[in-house]
Amino acid sequence: MSGFFKSSIGRKVAMALSAFFLMFFLIIHLAVNITSLFSENLFNELSHFMGTNPLVQFALQPVLLFGVIFHFVMGFILELKNKKANGVSYARNNGAANSTWISRNMIYSGLVILAFLVLHFADFWVHEINVKYVNVQPEDPTRYYHELVEKFVPIWRVVAYVVSFVLLGLHLAHGFTSAFQSMGSTAGRKKALQNIGKAYSIIIPLGFIIIAIFHHLNH
Amino acid sequence: MNLTLKIWRQKDSSSKGQMVDYKVTEISEHMSFLEMMDVLNEQLVAKGEDPVAFDHDCREGICGMCSMYINGEAHGPDRGITTCQLHMRMFKEGDIITIEPFRAAAFPVIKDLVVDRTAFERIQQAGGYISVNTSGNTQDANSIPISKHAADEAMDAATCIGCGACVATCKNSSAMLFVGAKVSQYALLPQGQVEAADRVKNMVAQMDLEGFGNCTNTGACEIECPKGISLDNIARMNRELMKANI
Repeated sequence: MSGFFKSSIGRKVAMALSAFFLMFFLIIHLAVNITSLFSENLFNELSHFMGTNPLVQFALQPVLLFGVIFHFVMGFILELKNKKANGVSYARNNGAANSTWISRNMIYSGLVILAFLVLHFADFWVHEINVKYVNVQPEDPTRYYHELVEKFVPIWRVVAYVVSFVLLGLHLAHGFTSAFQSMGSTAGRKKALQNIGKAYSIIIPLGFIIIAIFHHLNH
Repeated sequence: MNLTLKIWRQKDSSSKGQMVDYKVTEISEHMSFLEMMDVLNEQLVAKGEDPVAFDHDCREGICGMCSMYINGEAHGPDRGITTCQLHMRMFKEGDIITIEPFRAAAFPVIKDLVVDRTAFERIQQAGGYISVNTSGNTQDANSIPISKHAADEAMDAATCIGCGACVATCKNSSAMLFVGAKVSQYALLPQGQVEAADRVKNMVAQMDLEGFGNCTNTGACEIECPKGISLDNIARMNRELMKANI
């Protein structure tokens, strides 16, 4: 089995598995955050549960962190390997004749998402770790909503979020069906997966964009 | 029509190549692209110059020998054809046509537009066959019932002529459409089941060894494939490899 993951197809499967995990995580993340639009209490309750539950904190969070790092590192490794397989570049190459721009440039949408994650981790996760473990502050189960709203006051951050989520949407528009294809999805499911992928890649980023703009306008 | 051709010229595999401009005149729109190349070569020979080397054989779209990356696409701007089936009516008076060899590290240039595609043969030798006793008591293949759907899909996969357009087109120089088709044509039939696990393992291992890239599912290969080989064959190969490893 270890030989399988060293093969080109094994690496594709590993990429797809980490993508599935991250796509599942995005649903959970959006489901929690969307509550901030209509209920401060519910958002605080859910955030407090996520921030204090030992299973989430010490089992799921490390897995998530590993999943994120793995997806990026493997993405870069595959990109470098593919560049090496190319040889001499074409003087004229009409890529648009046979494929979409985003499918050929997943590395660039990925890099924008990586830059976004640096900002996102600095905004929320580093702050979270600081409050809980470094400069330990008294437990306040109602702090989450205000921290969220406060972050979206500066317009530059809202713009950065919107741009990043548009790129995430494009990344998912190809990535969703691509992950299933890599896992060997059968031809009969192609149409349904394309439709679900289209809906997923619009709904998830749009949800996060609405949250950012809503709190910017309502602070 | 009168055309300007920008053609990759390279003396041999160890020399450095470059694009060279040529003018061709009085090209008929009824000519095939290869016939246009023949006209150019006649002109070059008459002038005492070295003709442009390019691969060709059957000139009927069957053998898969003719290659060429024409105006940024494998086999040129038409769909479902090889270069020998590309007609000059696809171009117009005064066009500048860029002609390059298929590019991939695993397809090194031998001369001008001729590339070494023997990597495909080595992949085939690694498992693209079934071992059948042909000593005289061979069972008639038609005595094994096969569903129409499976037979059709196996035949579709088997139409791959191994031209390498998928590799040339792929931004990652991946050979997975070719290998997927070759794995699929046996995976779909009962005759291919006995060696199925070894076949997919060995063919994928050889594909990786040859230095082809990783598929990122852009789908460009199936668009440019002269035989319309579907991406479903890559998914089937992935399934076969996973099955072989579990």
